[in-house]
Amino acid sequence: MRKVVCIGESILSPLGATPAENFAAVCRGESALQRYEGMFGVREPFVASLMDRGRWTVPGRTFFDSIVIEAAQRAVEAAGIDPASPRTAFVLSTIKGNIEYIDTQDVTLACSARRLADAFGNPNPAVVVSNACISGLAALLQGRRMLLSGRFDHVVVVGAEVQSRFIVTGFQSLKALSEAPCKPFDAARDGLNLGEAAAAIVLGFGESGWELVDGAVRNDANHISGPSRTGEGSYKALRYVLKHTSPEELAFVNVHGTSTLYNDEMEAIAIDRAGLLDVPVNALKGTFGHTMGAAGILESILSMHAVDARIVLPTRGFSELGVSLPVRVSAQAGTTDKRAFVKLLSGFGGVNGALLFRKGGAAC
Amino acid sequence: MLTIKRFASIPCGTDLTALYRATVGDYPKFFKMDTACKLGFLLAEQLADEPRFTPREDRAVLMFSTCGSLCNDRHYEETVREFPSPSLFVYTLPNIITGEIAIRNKYEGETSAYVMERFDPETFVALVEQAFQDSVTASALCGWVDCRADDDYTAFAFLVERGGNGKEFNVDNLYGTVNQ
Repeated sequence: MRKVVCIGESILSPLGATPAENFAAVCRGESALQRYEGMFGVREPFVASLMDRGRWTVPGRTFFDSIVIEAAQRAVEAAGIDPASPRTAFVLSTIKGNIEYIDTQDVTLACSARRLADAFGNPNPAVVVSNACISGLAALLQGRRMLLSGRFDHVVVVGAEVQSRFIVTGFQSLKALSEAPCKPFDAARDGLNLGEAAAAIVLGFGESGWELVDGAVRNDANHISGPSRTGEGSYKALRYVLKHTSPEELAFVNVHGTSTLYNDEMEAIAIDRAGLLDVPVNALKGTFGHTMGAAGILESILSMHAVDARIVLPTRGFSELGVSLPVRVSAQAGTTDKRAFVKLLSGFGGVNGALLFRKGGAAC
Repeated sequence: MLTIKRFASIPCGTDLTALYRATVGDYPKFFKMDTACKLGFLLAEQLADEPRFTPREDRAVLMFSTCGSLCNDRHYEETVREFPSPSLFVYTLPNIITGEIAIRNKYEGETSAYVMERFDPETFVALVEQAFQDSVTASALCGWVDCRADDDYTAFAFLVERGGNGKEFNVDNLYGTVNQ
Protein backbone atom coordinates (compact mmCIF):
# COMPACT_ATOMS: atom_id res chain seq x y z
CA MET A 1 0.00 0.00 0.00
CA ARG A 2 1.22 3.50 -0.83
CA LYS A 3 2.27 5.60 2.13
CA VAL A 4 0.27 8.66 3.11
CA VAL A 5 2.62 11.34 4.37
CA CYS A 6 2.45 14.92 5.64
CA ILE A 7 3.90 17.26 3.01
CA GLY A 8 3.03 20.67 4.40
CA GLU A 9 1.89 22.07 7.73
CA SER A 10 0.79 25.34 9.28
CA ILE A 11 -0.25 26.56 12.72
CA LEU A 12 -1.82 29.87 13.69
CA SER A 13 -2.18 30.31 17.43
CA PRO A 14 -1.67 33.01 20.07
CA LEU A 15 1.88 31.67 20.43
CA GLY A 16 2.95 31.99 16.83
CA ALA A 17 2.15 32.02 13.15
CA THR A 18 4.27 29.06 12.06
CA PRO A 19 4.84 25.52 13.33
CA ALA A 20 8.42 26.48 14.25
CA GLU A 21 7.32 29.50 16.31
CA ASN A 22 4.73 27.44 18.12
CA PHE A 23 7.16 24.61 18.74
CA ALA A 24 9.74 27.00 20.18
CA ALA A 25 7.12 28.55 22.44
CA VAL A 26 6.05 25.14 23.75
CA CYS A 27 9.70 24.23 24.41
CA ARG A 28 10.14 27.47 26.37
CA GLY A 29 7.09 26.60 28.49
CA GLU A 30 5.03 29.53 27.29
CA SER A 31 1.26 29.78 27.17
CA ALA A 32 -1.26 32.43 26.18
CA LEU A 33 -3.79 31.21 28.74
CA GLN A 34 -5.11 34.21 30.61
CA ARG A 35 -8.14 35.33 32.55
CA TYR A 36 -10.84 37.22 30.63
CA GLU A 37 -13.60 39.28 32.23
CA GLY A 38 -16.58 40.38 30.19
CA MET A 39 -15.15 38.88 27.00
CA PHE A 40 -17.82 37.93 24.42
CA GLY A 41 -20.40 39.36 26.85
CA VAL A 42 -19.96 36.36 29.13
CA ARG A 43 -20.82 37.28 32.74
CA GLU A 44 -18.53 34.87 34.56
CA PRO A 45 -14.77 35.38 34.06
CA PHE A 46 -12.94 32.55 32.32
CA VAL A 47 -9.41 31.49 31.43
CA ALA A 48 -8.70 30.91 27.73
CA SER A 49 -6.02 31.12 25.05
CA LEU A 50 -7.38 33.57 22.45
CA MET A 51 -5.95 34.88 19.19
CA ASP A 52 -5.64 38.52 18.13
CA ARG A 53 -8.76 39.01 16.00
CA GLY A 54 -7.58 42.35 14.66
CA ARG A 55 -4.43 40.78 13.31
CA TRP A 56 -6.06 37.87 11.57
CA THR A 57 -9.51 38.97 10.39
CA VAL A 58 -9.57 39.67 6.66
CA PRO A 59 -12.08 42.33 5.46
CA GLY A 60 -15.20 40.66 4.11
CA ARG A 61 -14.56 37.46 6.03
CA THR A 62 -15.38 36.35 9.54
CA PHE A 63 -12.51 35.74 11.94
CA PHE A 64 -13.17 32.00 11.72
CA ASP A 65 -13.17 31.88 7.92
CA SER A 66 -10.09 34.12 7.86
CA ILE A 67 -7.95 31.80 9.96
CA VAL A 68 -9.23 28.69 8.18
CA ILE A 69 -8.23 30.07 4.79
CA GLU A 70 -4.94 31.54 6.03
CA ALA A 71 -3.90 28.26 7.67
CA ALA A 72 -4.81 26.38 4.49
CA GLN A 73 -2.87 28.89 2.34
CA ARG A 74 0.27 28.51 4.42
CA ALA A 75 0.13 24.71 4.37
CA VAL A 76 -0.54 24.66 0.63
CA GLU A 77 2.48 26.92 0.06
CA ALA A 78 4.65 24.77 2.29
CA ALA A 79 3.58 21.67 0.36
CA GLY A 80 3.93 23.33 -3.04
CA ILE A 81 0.75 21.77 -4.42
CA ASP A 82 -1.95 23.04 -6.78
CA PRO A 83 -4.98 23.71 -4.55
CA ALA A 84 -7.28 24.26 -7.55
CA SER A 85 -6.61 20.83 -9.03
CA PRO A 86 -9.57 18.43 -9.22
CA ARG A 87 -7.10 15.91 -7.75
CA THR A 88 -6.88 18.03 -4.57
CA ALA A 89 -9.59 17.92 -1.90
CA PHE A 90 -10.25 20.01 1.19
CA VAL A 91 -11.47 18.65 4.52
CA LEU A 92 -12.49 21.05 7.26
CA SER A 93 -12.47 20.10 10.92
CA THR A 94 -14.48 22.27 13.27
CA ILE A 95 -17.12 21.90 15.92
CA LYS A 96 -18.88 25.26 16.00
CA GLY A 97 -17.39 27.28 13.11
CA ASN A 98 -19.07 30.70 12.85
CA ILE A 99 -21.59 29.99 15.62
CA GLU A 100 -21.03 33.46 17.15
CA TYR A 101 -23.14 34.85 14.25
CA ILE A 102 -26.03 32.42 14.78
CA ASP A 103 -28.55 35.26 14.96
CA THR A 104 -27.45 37.08 11.82
CA GLN A 105 -25.76 34.79 9.29
CA ASP A 106 -25.87 31.35 7.73
CA VAL A 107 -23.53 29.59 10.15
CA THR A 108 -23.81 26.06 8.77
CA LEU A 109 -20.37 24.47 8.83
CA ALA A 110 -20.77 23.51 5.18
CA CYS A 111 -20.82 27.21 4.22
CA SER A 112 -17.37 27.67 5.74
CA ALA A 113 -16.11 24.60 3.93
CA ARG A 114 -17.45 25.95 0.63
CA ARG A 115 -15.76 29.31 1.21
CA LEU A 116 -12.53 27.45 1.97
CA ALA A 117 -12.63 25.49 -1.27
CA ASP A 118 -13.77 28.57 -3.25
CA ALA A 119 -10.88 30.62 -1.88
CA PHE A 120 -8.58 28.24 -3.75
CA GLY A 121 -10.79 27.71 -6.78
CA ASN A 122 -11.15 24.05 -5.85
CA PRO A 123 -14.02 22.29 -7.63
CA ASN A 124 -14.60 19.35 -5.27
CA PRO A 125 -17.37 19.03 -2.70
CA ALA A 126 -16.08 20.46 0.55
CA VAL A 127 -16.50 18.01 3.41
CA VAL A 128 -16.66 18.91 7.09
CA VAL A 129 -15.77 16.33 9.71
CA SER A 130 -17.49 17.41 12.92
CA ASN A 131 -16.86 14.67 15.42
CA ALA A 132 -16.77 16.71 18.65
CA CYS A 133 -13.33 17.05 20.23
CA ILE A 134 -11.74 14.39 18.04
CA SER A 135 -12.69 16.24 14.83
CA GLY A 136 -9.11 17.12 13.86
CA LEU A 137 -7.93 13.56 14.30
CA ALA A 138 -10.97 12.20 12.46
CA ALA A 139 -10.40 14.71 9.63
CA LEU A 140 -6.79 13.56 9.21
CA LEU A 141 -7.99 9.96 9.10
CA GLN A 142 -10.62 11.00 6.55
CA GLY A 143 -7.92 12.70 4.46
CA ARG A 144 -5.87 9.51 4.54
CA ARG A 145 -8.86 7.47 3.42
CA MET A 146 -9.65 9.87 0.57
CA LEU A 147 -6.10 9.51 -0.73
CA LEU A 148 -6.15 5.72 -0.47
CA SER A 149 -9.46 5.67 -2.37
CA GLY A 150 -7.43 6.73 -5.39
CA ARG A 151 -9.56 9.77 -6.17
CA PHE A 152 -7.06 12.39 -5.01
CA ASP A 153 -3.34 13.15 -5.01
CA HIS A 154 -3.49 15.69 -2.18
CA VAL A 155 -5.89 16.42 0.66
CA VAL A 156 -5.69 19.66 2.59
CA VAL A 157 -6.96 19.03 6.13
CA VAL A 158 -7.70 22.23 8.02
CA GLY A 159 -8.86 22.42 11.64
CA ALA A 160 -9.95 25.57 13.41
CA GLU A 161 -11.98 26.85 16.31
CA VAL A 162 -12.80 30.32 17.53
CA GLN A 163 -14.37 30.99 20.90
CA SER A 164 -17.66 32.75 21.54
CA ARG A 165 -20.33 33.36 24.15
CA PHE A 166 -22.12 30.29 22.79
CA ILE A 167 -19.23 27.91 23.53
CA VAL A 168 -17.93 29.50 26.75
CA THR A 169 -21.35 29.65 28.42
CA GLY A 170 -21.98 26.06 27.37
CA PHE A 171 -18.85 24.73 29.02
CA GLN A 172 -19.54 26.94 32.05
CA SER A 173 -23.05 25.47 32.29
CA LEU A 174 -21.48 22.01 32.35
CA LYS A 175 -19.07 23.22 35.07
CA ALA A 176 -16.23 21.94 32.91
CA LEU A 177 -14.00 25.04 32.97
CA SER A 178 -11.15 25.63 35.39
CA GLU A 179 -10.77 29.11 36.87
CA ALA A 180 -6.99 28.78 36.51
CA PRO A 181 -4.66 27.49 33.80
CA CYS A 182 -5.50 23.81 33.42
CA LYS A 183 -3.44 20.99 34.90
CA PRO A 184 -3.50 17.88 32.71
CA PHE A 185 -3.29 14.61 34.66
CA ASP A 186 -2.44 16.55 37.84
CA ALA A 187 -3.82 15.76 41.27
CA ALA A 188 -5.20 19.31 41.52
CA ARG A 189 -6.82 19.40 38.07
CA ASP A 190 -10.28 20.88 38.10
CA GLY A 191 -11.35 21.45 34.53
CA LEU A 192 -10.35 22.63 31.09
CA ASN A 193 -9.58 25.94 29.38
CA LEU A 194 -10.82 26.81 25.91
CA GLY A 195 -8.49 27.93 23.14
CA GLU A 196 -8.39 29.33 19.64
CA ALA A 197 -6.17 28.11 16.83
CA ALA A 198 -6.10 27.05 13.22
CA ALA A 199 -3.81 24.35 11.89
CA ALA A 200 -3.51 22.53 8.60
CA ILE A 201 -1.73 19.50 7.19
CA VAL A 202 -1.47 18.66 3.50
CA LEU A 203 -1.49 14.92 3.01
CA GLY A 204 -0.08 13.25 -0.06
CA PHE A 205 1.80 10.13 -1.13
CA GLY A 206 5.48 9.69 -0.44
CA GLU A 207 8.21 7.36 0.69
CA SER A 208 9.92 9.51 3.30
CA GLY A 209 8.89 12.06 5.89
CA TRP A 210 6.07 11.75 8.40
CA GLU A 211 3.74 8.91 7.56
CA LEU A 212 0.18 8.86 8.82
CA VAL A 213 0.35 5.11 9.30
CA ASP A 214 -3.24 4.42 10.33
CA GLY A 215 -5.94 5.47 12.72
CA ALA A 216 -9.21 4.43 14.26
CA VAL A 217 -12.32 5.96 15.77
CA ARG A 218 -14.26 4.00 18.38
CA ASN A 219 -17.29 4.78 20.52
CA ASP A 220 -17.66 4.07 24.23
CA ALA A 221 -21.37 3.33 23.69
CA ASN A 222 -21.78 4.50 27.26
CA HIS A 223 -22.71 8.18 27.74
CA ILE A 224 -23.07 11.23 25.50
CA SER A 225 -21.16 13.65 27.73
CA GLY A 226 -19.15 11.50 30.15
CA PRO A 227 -16.16 9.30 29.32
CA SER A 228 -16.30 5.55 29.80
CA ARG A 229 -15.05 4.37 33.20
CA THR A 230 -13.23 1.54 31.47
CA GLY A 231 -11.70 3.70 28.73
CA GLU A 232 -13.52 1.45 26.27
CA GLY A 233 -13.40 3.46 23.07
CA SER A 234 -9.94 4.89 23.67
CA TYR A 235 -8.59 1.44 24.44
CA LYS A 236 -10.13 -0.04 21.29
CA ALA A 237 -8.78 2.80 19.12
CA LEU A 238 -5.32 2.31 20.65
CA ARG A 239 -5.50 -1.43 20.16
CA TYR A 240 -6.27 -0.88 16.48
CA VAL A 241 -3.26 1.35 15.79
CA LEU A 242 -0.94 -0.78 17.93
CA LYS A 243 -1.37 -3.55 15.36
CA HIS A 244 1.10 -1.51 13.29
CA THR A 245 3.68 -0.86 16.01
CA SER A 246 4.88 -1.84 19.45
CA PRO A 247 5.19 0.20 22.65
CA GLU A 248 9.00 0.06 22.29
CA GLU A 249 8.81 2.02 19.04
CA LEU A 250 6.80 4.94 20.48
CA ALA A 251 8.47 8.18 21.56
CA PHE A 252 5.30 9.14 23.42
CA VAL A 253 1.54 9.16 23.43
CA ASN A 254 0.27 12.71 23.02
CA VAL A 255 -3.00 12.44 24.91
CA HIS A 256 -6.16 14.54 24.99
CA GLY A 257 -5.46 15.60 28.60
CA THR A 258 -8.27 18.13 28.90
CA SER A 259 -7.67 18.33 32.67
CA THR A 260 -11.18 17.33 33.62
CA LEU A 261 -11.28 14.71 36.36
CA TYR A 262 -12.98 12.10 34.24
CA ASN A 263 -11.22 12.53 30.90
CA ASP A 264 -7.70 12.18 32.23
CA GLU A 265 -8.61 9.22 34.44
CA MET A 266 -10.30 7.53 31.50
CA GLU A 267 -7.21 8.02 29.33
CA ALA A 268 -4.98 6.57 32.04
CA ILE A 269 -7.15 3.46 32.13
CA ALA A 270 -7.09 3.13 28.33
CA ILE A 271 -3.29 3.56 28.27
CA ASP A 272 -2.92 0.87 30.91
CA ARG A 273 -5.25 -1.53 29.10
CA ALA A 274 -3.33 -0.95 25.86
CA GLY A 275 -0.05 -1.87 27.57
CA LEU A 276 1.44 1.61 27.23
CA LEU A 277 2.28 2.43 30.85
CA ASP A 278 6.00 2.45 30.01
CA VAL A 279 5.61 4.96 27.19
CA PRO A 280 5.98 8.68 28.00
CA VAL A 281 2.72 10.62 27.90
CA ASN A 282 2.30 14.33 27.31
CA ALA A 283 -0.53 16.81 26.80
CA LEU A 284 -0.62 20.29 25.30
CA LYS A 285 -3.87 21.68 26.70
CA GLY A 286 -1.93 23.51 29.45
CA THR A 287 -0.20 25.44 26.66
CA PHE A 288 -2.97 26.11 24.10
CA GLY A 289 -6.14 25.28 26.03
CA HIS A 290 -8.66 23.06 24.30
CA THR A 291 -8.67 24.22 20.68
CA MET A 292 -11.49 21.81 19.81
CA GLY A 293 -11.63 21.39 16.01
CA ALA A 294 -7.98 22.44 15.68
CA ALA A 295 -6.62 20.26 18.49
CA GLY A 296 -6.01 17.02 16.60
CA ILE A 297 -4.07 18.78 13.86
CA LEU A 298 -2.24 21.31 16.05
CA GLU A 299 -1.11 18.66 18.52
CA SER A 300 -0.09 16.23 15.78
CA ILE A 301 2.12 18.84 14.07
CA LEU A 302 3.85 19.78 17.33
CA SER A 303 4.39 16.12 18.14
CA MET A 304 6.08 15.60 14.75
CA HIS A 305 8.35 18.57 15.41
CA ALA A 306 9.18 17.16 18.83
CA VAL A 307 10.23 13.77 17.48
CA ASP A 308 12.26 15.51 14.75
CA ALA A 309 14.06 17.42 17.51
CA ARG A 310 14.35 14.21 19.57
CA ILE A 311 12.32 15.78 22.34
CA VAL A 312 9.37 14.64 24.43
CA LEU A 313 7.49 17.88 25.02
CA PRO A 314 6.66 18.89 28.59
CA THR A 315 3.11 18.85 29.94
CA ARG A 316 2.58 22.42 31.06
CA GLY A 317 0.46 22.56 34.23
CA PHE A 318 1.34 19.06 35.40
CA SER A 319 3.31 18.52 38.60
CA GLU A 320 1.84 15.67 40.69
CA LEU A 321 0.22 12.58 39.18
CA GLY A 322 -3.51 12.59 39.85
CA VAL A 323 -4.82 9.52 38.06
CA SER A 324 -5.16 6.02 39.50
CA LEU A 325 -2.53 4.38 37.29
CA PRO A 326 1.22 5.09 37.02
CA VAL A 327 1.13 6.84 33.65
CA ARG A 328 4.52 8.31 32.71
CA VAL A 329 3.45 11.93 32.29
CA SER A 330 6.32 14.15 31.09
CA ALA A 331 6.41 17.08 33.47
CA GLN A 332 9.60 18.43 31.93
CA ALA A 333 10.95 18.15 28.42
CA GLY A 334 12.69 14.82 27.88
CA THR A 335 14.72 13.27 25.12
CA THR A 336 13.89 10.42 22.79
CA ASP A 337 15.50 8.49 19.96
CA LYS A 338 12.24 6.88 18.87
CA ARG A 339 10.63 7.68 15.53
CA ALA A 340 6.90 7.22 16.08
CA PHE A 341 4.11 8.53 18.29
CA VAL A 342 0.41 8.08 18.90
CA LYS A 343 -2.08 10.96 19.00
CA LEU A 344 -5.08 10.26 21.20
CA LEU A 345 -8.33 12.26 21.57
CA SER A 346 -11.78 11.78 23.05
CA GLY A 347 -14.98 13.76 22.89
CA PHE A 348 -18.67 14.19 23.60
CA GLY A 349 -20.86 11.63 21.97
CA GLY A 350 -18.62 8.94 23.48
CA VAL A 351 -16.22 9.21 20.57
CA ASN A 352 -12.49 8.40 20.80
CA GLY A 353 -9.71 8.31 18.27
CA ALA A 354 -6.09 7.30 17.87
CA LEU A 355 -3.64 8.03 15.07
CA LEU A 356 -0.21 6.49 14.57
CA PHE A 357 2.52 8.63 12.99
CA ARG A 358 5.95 7.34 11.99
CA LYS A 359 8.97 9.14 10.56
CA GLY A 360 10.31 7.28 7.56
CA GLY A 361 13.34 7.65 5.34
CA ALA A 362 16.80 8.59 6.47
CA ALA A 363 17.23 9.82 10.02
CA CYS A 364 17.75 13.56 10.15
CA MET B 1 -18.39 -5.00 -2.36
CA LEU B 2 -20.82 -3.20 -0.07
CA THR B 3 -24.50 -4.06 -0.17
CA ILE B 4 -27.67 -2.54 1.23
CA LYS B 5 -29.11 -4.75 3.95
CA ARG B 6 -31.90 -2.46 5.08
CA PHE B 7 -33.30 0.99 4.45
CA ALA B 8 -35.50 3.21 6.62
CA SER B 9 -36.92 6.69 6.34
CA ILE B 10 -39.07 8.97 8.43
CA PRO B 11 -41.29 11.38 6.48
CA CYS B 12 -41.33 15.00 7.55
CA GLY B 13 -44.43 15.62 9.66
CA THR B 14 -44.28 12.26 11.45
CA ASP B 15 -45.35 12.35 15.11
CA LEU B 16 -42.02 11.18 16.54
CA THR B 17 -43.38 10.63 20.04
CA ALA B 18 -46.16 8.43 18.68
CA LEU B 19 -43.63 6.51 16.58
CA TYR B 20 -41.46 6.04 19.66
CA ARG B 21 -44.40 4.80 21.74
CA ALA B 22 -45.48 2.41 18.99
CA THR B 23 -42.05 0.93 18.29
CA VAL B 24 -39.92 1.35 21.44
CA GLY B 25 -41.67 2.70 24.53
CA ASP B 26 -39.12 1.75 27.20
CA TYR B 27 -36.21 4.16 26.63
CA PRO B 28 -37.03 7.39 28.51
CA LYS B 29 -33.75 9.01 27.40
CA PHE B 30 -35.56 9.51 24.11
CA PHE B 31 -37.40 12.47 25.62
CA LYS B 32 -34.17 14.29 26.43
CA MET B 33 -32.98 14.15 22.82
CA ASP B 34 -33.20 16.95 20.29
CA THR B 35 -35.15 16.33 17.10
CA ALA B 36 -32.12 15.23 15.06
CA CYS B 37 -31.19 12.62 17.68
CA LYS B 38 -34.78 11.41 17.92
CA LEU B 39 -34.79 10.90 14.16
CA GLY B 40 -31.46 9.07 14.22
CA PHE B 41 -32.55 6.95 17.16
CA LEU B 42 -35.83 5.94 15.49
CA LEU B 43 -34.11 5.18 12.18
CA ALA B 44 -31.61 2.97 14.02
CA GLU B 45 -34.50 1.13 15.69
CA GLN B 46 -35.95 0.34 12.27
CA LEU B 47 -32.60 -0.82 10.93
CA ALA B 48 -31.50 -2.85 13.96
CA ASP B 49 -30.84 -6.51 13.39
CA GLU B 50 -30.61 -9.46 15.78
CA PRO B 51 -29.10 -10.09 18.22
CA ARG B 52 -29.80 -6.69 19.70
CA PHE B 53 -27.92 -4.89 22.48
CA THR B 54 -24.85 -7.10 22.21
CA PRO B 55 -21.65 -5.00 22.24
CA ARG B 56 -20.07 -5.03 18.80
CA GLU B 57 -17.08 -3.19 17.45
CA ASP B 58 -17.66 -4.12 13.82
CA ARG B 59 -20.56 -1.73 13.20
CA ALA B 60 -19.90 1.90 12.33
CA VAL B 61 -22.40 4.74 12.62
CA LEU B 62 -21.91 7.47 10.00
CA MET B 63 -24.29 10.40 9.89
CA PHE B 64 -24.46 13.17 7.33
CA SER B 65 -26.33 16.47 7.10
CA THR B 66 -26.15 20.06 5.95
CA CYS B 67 -27.46 21.67 9.13
CA GLY B 68 -25.50 19.67 11.69
CA SER B 69 -26.87 20.53 15.12
CA LEU B 70 -28.06 23.99 14.06
CA CYS B 71 -31.71 23.44 14.97
CA ASN B 72 -30.79 22.64 18.54
CA ASP B 73 -28.06 25.30 18.51
CA ARG B 74 -30.83 27.89 18.13
CA HIS B 75 -32.67 26.44 21.12
CA TYR B 76 -29.50 26.61 23.22
CA GLU B 77 -28.74 30.17 22.08
CA GLU B 78 -32.19 31.23 23.31
CA THR B 79 -31.20 30.16 26.84
CA VAL B 80 -27.80 31.87 26.90
CA ARG B 81 -28.86 35.34 28.05
CA GLU B 82 -30.75 34.08 31.09
CA PHE B 83 -29.61 30.63 32.12
CA PRO B 84 -27.48 28.64 29.68
CA SER B 85 -28.93 25.14 29.58
CA PRO B 86 -26.37 22.35 29.98
CA SER B 87 -28.90 19.78 28.81
CA LEU B 88 -29.39 21.68 25.55
CA PHE B 89 -25.66 22.45 25.18
CA VAL B 90 -24.65 18.79 25.03
CA TYR B 91 -26.82 18.45 21.91
CA THR B 92 -25.04 21.31 20.11
CA LEU B 93 -22.70 18.86 18.39
CA PRO B 94 -23.38 17.26 15.00
CA ASN B 95 -22.06 13.90 16.23
CA ILE B 96 -24.28 13.45 19.29
CA ILE B 97 -26.75 11.63 17.05
CA THR B 98 -24.09 8.98 16.41
CA GLY B 99 -23.43 8.71 20.15
CA GLU B 100 -27.10 8.22 20.97
CA ILE B 101 -27.37 5.43 18.40
CA ALA B 102 -24.14 3.82 19.68
CA ILE B 103 -25.31 3.93 23.30
CA ARG B 104 -28.73 2.49 22.60
CA ASN B 105 -27.44 -0.33 20.43
CA LYS B 106 -24.03 -0.91 22.06
CA TYR B 107 -22.31 -0.18 18.76
CA GLU B 108 -18.68 0.25 19.85
CA GLY B 109 -17.22 0.74 16.38
CA GLU B 110 -16.45 3.96 14.55
CA THR B 111 -18.88 6.85 14.89
CA SER B 112 -18.46 9.86 12.63
CA ALA B 113 -20.49 12.91 11.64
CA TYR B 114 -20.03 14.75 8.36
CA VAL B 115 -21.48 18.03 7.15
CA MET B 116 -21.95 18.67 3.43
CA GLU B 117 -23.40 21.55 1.42
CA ARG B 118 -26.26 19.44 0.13
CA PHE B 119 -27.20 15.80 -0.19
CA ASP B 120 -24.71 14.61 -2.76
CA PRO B 121 -25.04 10.85 -3.43
CA GLU B 122 -21.57 10.53 -4.96
CA THR B 123 -19.86 11.98 -1.90
CA PHE B 124 -22.17 10.12 0.49
CA VAL B 125 -21.37 6.76 -1.13
CA ALA B 126 -17.66 7.60 -1.37
CA LEU B 127 -17.33 8.55 2.30
CA VAL B 128 -19.20 5.44 3.44
CA GLU B 129 -17.03 3.22 1.23
CA GLN B 130 -13.90 4.89 2.60
CA ALA B 131 -15.00 4.22 6.18
CA PHE B 132 -14.71 0.51 5.36
CA GLN B 133 -10.94 0.97 5.05
CA ASP B 134 -11.11 0.33 8.81
CA SER B 135 -10.51 -3.42 8.78
CA VAL B 136 -12.73 -4.03 11.81
CA THR B 137 -15.79 -2.38 10.26
CA ALA B 138 -18.06 -5.03 8.75
CA SER B 139 -21.25 -2.99 8.52
CA ALA B 140 -22.34 0.61 8.87
CA LEU B 141 -25.50 2.39 9.78
CA CYS B 142 -25.23 5.44 7.54
CA GLY B 143 -27.82 8.11 7.20
CA TRP B 144 -28.82 11.55 6.09
CA VAL B 145 -30.57 13.35 8.95
CA ASP B 146 -30.87 17.00 8.08
CA CYS B 147 -32.89 18.83 10.68
CA ARG B 148 -33.52 22.36 9.44
CA ALA B 149 -36.15 22.95 12.12
CA ASP B 150 -38.10 20.75 14.51
CA ASP B 151 -40.85 20.45 11.89
CA ASP B 152 -38.70 20.57 8.76
CA TYR B 153 -36.31 17.70 8.20
CA THR B 154 -35.14 14.95 5.87
CA ALA B 155 -34.30 11.63 7.51
CA PHE B 156 -33.31 8.33 5.98
CA ALA B 157 -30.64 5.74 6.66
CA PHE B 158 -29.16 2.54 5.30
CA LEU B 159 -27.67 -0.49 6.93
CA VAL B 160 -24.75 -1.33 4.64
CA GLU B 161 -22.54 -4.39 4.95
CA ARG B 162 -19.49 -6.00 3.42
CA GLY B 163 -20.59 -8.81 1.14
CA GLY B 164 -24.22 -9.68 1.78
CA ASN B 165 -27.06 -10.51 -0.60
CA GLY B 166 -28.66 -7.10 -1.04
CA LYS B 167 -28.29 -4.62 -3.84
CA GLU B 168 -24.89 -3.09 -4.29
CA PHE B 169 -24.44 0.11 -2.32
CA ASN B 170 -23.81 2.54 -5.17
CA VAL B 171 -25.23 5.83 -6.40
CA ASP B 172 -27.86 4.29 -8.68
CA ASN B 173 -29.22 1.92 -6.05
CA LEU B 174 -29.08 4.66 -3.44
CA TYR B 175 -31.28 6.85 -5.66
CA GLY B 176 -33.58 3.96 -6.44
CA THR B 177 -34.02 3.00 -2.81
CA VAL B 178 -34.57 6.53 -1.55
CA ASN B 179 -37.05 7.37 -4.31
CA GLN B 180 -39.12 4.23 -3.63
